[in-house]
Amino acid sequence: MLYDKVIQLLFFTCRQNRKASLIWTISLVGVTVLTASAFTGLYQSDQERQSMAQTMENPAMTAMVGPGYGLDNYTNGAMMAHQMLLFTAIVFAVMSILLVTKMTRAEEEEGKLELLRSLPVGRLSSLSATVIFVTILNIVIGLLIGIGLIAMNLVGMGMTGSILYGLTLTVTGLWFTSITALISQLSETSRGVVGLSFLVLIVAYLLRAIGDVSSEVLSLMSPLGLVLRTEVYVQNYWWPIFVTILMSLVFTLIAFYLNNKRDLGAGLLLSKPGKREGSRWLLSPLGLILRLQRTTIISWIIVMFFLGASYGSVFGDLEAFFENNEVLMQMLGDNRGYSMTEQFTTMLMVVLAIMATIPAVLVFLRVRGEEKKGRTEHLLTRGISRFSLIAHYLIIAILLGIVSLFLANFGLWFASSQVMEEPITFVNLLKAGLSYLPAMLLVLMIAVLLFAWKPKSTPLVWLYLVYSFFTVYLGGLIDMPTWLADLSSFSHIPQLPVDDFNWTPILILLFISTVGLVFSFISYRRRDALG
Amino acid sequence: MNRIEINKVSKKFGSFQALNNVEFEVREGEVYGFIGPNGAGKSTTIRILLGIIQATSGHATIFGKDVWKDAVEIHRKVAYVPGDVHLWENLTGGEVIDTFLSLKGQLNKTKRDHLIDLFQLDPKKKAGTYSKGNRQKIALISAFASESELFILDEPTSGLDPLMEKVFQQCVEEVKKQGKSVLLSSHILSEVEKLCDRIGIIRKGEMIESGTLDDLRHLTRTNIRVETEKSASILGDVPGVHHLFLDKGVYSFQVDTERLSEVMKELSQLGIKSIESNPPTLEDLFMRHYHSEDQLNKG
Ligand SMILES: Nc1ncnc2c1ncn2[C@@H]1O[C@H](COP(=O)(O)OP(=O)(O)OP(=O)(O)O)[C@@H](O)[C@H]1O
Ligand SMILES: [Mg+2]
Repeated sequence: MLYDKVIQLLFFTCRQNRKASLIWTISLVGVTVLTASAFTGLYQSDQERQSMAQTMENPAMTAMVGPGYGLDNYTNGAMMAHQMLLFTAIVFAVMSILLVTKMTRAEEEEGKLELLRSLPVGRLSSLSATVIFVTILNIVIGLLIGIGLIAMNLVGMGMTGSILYGLTLTVTGLWFTSITALISQLSETSRGVVGLSFLVLIVAYLLRAIGDVSSEVLSLMSPLGLVLRTEVYVQNYWWPIFVTILMSLVFTLIAFYLNNKRDLGAGLLLSKPGKREGSRWLLSPLGLILRLQRTTIISWIIVMFFLGASYGSVFGDLEAFFENNEVLMQMLGDNRGYSMTEQFTTMLMVVLAIMATIPAVLVFLRVRGEEKKGRTEHLLTRGISRFSLIAHYLIIAILLGIVSLFLANFGLWFASSQVMEEPITFVNLLKAGLSYLPAMLLVLMIAVLLFAWKPKSTPLVWLYLVYSFFTVYLGGLIDMPTWLADLSSFSHIPQLPVDDFNWTPILILLFISTVGLVFSFISYRRRDALG
Repeated sequence: MNRIEINKVSKKFGSFQALNNVEFEVREGEVYGFIGPNGAGKSTTIRILLGIIQATSGHATIFGKDVWKDAVEIHRKVAYVPGDVHLWENLTGGEVIDTFLSLKGQLNKTKRDHLIDLFQLDPKKKAGTYSKGNRQKIALISAFASESELFILDEPTSGLDPLMEKVFQQCVEEVKKQGKSVLLSSHILSEVEKLCDRIGIIRKGEMIESGTLDDLRHLTRTNIRVETEKSASILGDVPGVHHLFLDKGVYSFQVDTERLSEVMKELSQLGIKSIESNPPTLEDLFMRHYHSEDQLNKG
């Protein structure tokens, strides 16, 4: 039988992942409900909301968060859904990708699945248990969010809308659960699965960004574009939910088919014989570390360029939008001497800076993965000092951060200069972008510190990054206590060109980072280098 | 001079005492066997020697240098083979070996190719597709192809076939001839018996024996099979004789090695028709320690 002992395995899976699931549930439900209440308190009059709606309608916002709808009657619900739904859906996708990979390919790679398979367990039981578990988790979190929103009893957020809001998130999670299950049949390593799945996520986002601004068809091809078509709280369409579920079912079936066919431990992408000798390149710690992360590094560099470029491509529309919208121009416009385009640029800069921090942190944290797999031993017992090991990873991370940020800005400038009548100068853009480097360094410092000091808790650095993103992003929209925003390193950087450049916060950030790094180097030398 | 010196080293993982005052030394040009049951603390000791984990108390040196503080300097002349070899899936075996050797700054292609031949490794395969034994070969080739003075080998042959085990033994003998030292942790007693000059036994984090095989033999029993003219059942009452059996006129028993001459005196009076004596094997030695533990547990 293919499915023997699914139920037992399901319980086993629950037992192993209950902590992670609980953390995801609490943070996702908590953030959504808190944000909803923050939104409703914010704009007292319809008029205020209406002017907000007008700013939100511009192409840069559409590219970033999806198309606005119900703008002629921009209720709290419509506003909340417009500004939060896409990003929350992305977090659901990330959660599903990470959980599924951990339960499928990672287990297989570590040989745990082999042990399970030697027991009287069906060939498809393990994959089934995984899919069922992550599906249930997605449904539970989605429903809790829906119920939470209903329970808050907020104006403009009705019952149907709230449930649909939650379920929209659920189906996004399901789509990525099934695609990750499928990819984990293809790639032999768990890093490969995570990499490919994130690539799908990023392509889905970019496709939707371009599609939402210029072509509805493109958007519908992206799962993220598709789920936004529910127009939660305004039209409450249900068809995108069903279409997404249908697609997930198809992917799941393919995943099961492949899982049944292939050998344990094998992928479908075969590995060929390789080189007999190490090339000169490989034969240094730097070469080795770079080589091991080659694919990650190259993919992120490409992704960052395209992310910048897709934001940049809407600048032409953005310019036209502001020119035609005189009311808005008067309200917010040129009185400070900066065009609206420039003001939106500052926001894009933060987003790009936070995105560029991801590859940097990812590349650094690889050292933790290596340690867990017992492979830092190879270097540490061959004349590489701990200082040198951690410094190599850190320097590669910093360089990748700089390159990513640079390319994102270059992409933004390149695409925008094609479409704008008065292009932004590259130098100004670059100045604004690179000012965020100290903020990025601080996040890296936190990663290094956690690795050196409390290695088991290194994933917390991602929490900090997500937190930074939401405070910076929401900080522009809702009244947030300044100390909450101040916890994020990114909120201290002067937003060029709207703000004046100011060395003080930059120097302070650099100082804190340096102190943290020195402390980390010392504590890494003191601890056991065990996984 | 001693290559490795371990002085009252203890290690605690939280409240668990993994090592308790471990002491031994490995001399120049010597192969030291390190044996003990699973979970006894062999790998923990080795990791401390490599500076991967830090001893809670005590002091250990390699080449007279502190294993924790001077780890990097020490490692230039130490080769390590872990029991569980984890490699990077997407590099080929050849790439891994070259990388390891150049990290130590000692890429000698002739020596490397010779060893690859000797161990019959296909270096073009991706490390992710190697079998356990083949991964171990990669670690062994990287170790023996390097210019090290000290080899620390943690169960290096647990995945090798008998043919490859022979090759491994040749390699160890080769480096020993060159005056290099080897610390060999192993469960394969015949291998330890064949290769090692001195042996240390660890159990539950404590060293219980250390010395040459001959030294240790004195602590244990010799197996004797004898046919006598008169009945030898009185032997049962002689102190130092254990497990006396009579089978088709042949007596077999064990004698505490330090009592051997007294027992022989008794035997000669009974008229020996034939006698066969076997020196205690390491296995006997090992089993005896297991045994006494069992008895302790029961008692
Ligand atoms: N990181 C750790 N945390 C807690 N306990 C540990 C850790 N590493 C080892 N131990 C414990 O220390 C003891 C000694 O382990 P060690 O790996 O040194 O045994 P060993 O002699 O090498 O055994 P084997 O022959 O099975 O390889 C074991 O009881 C083990 O559970
Ligand atoms: Mg061990």
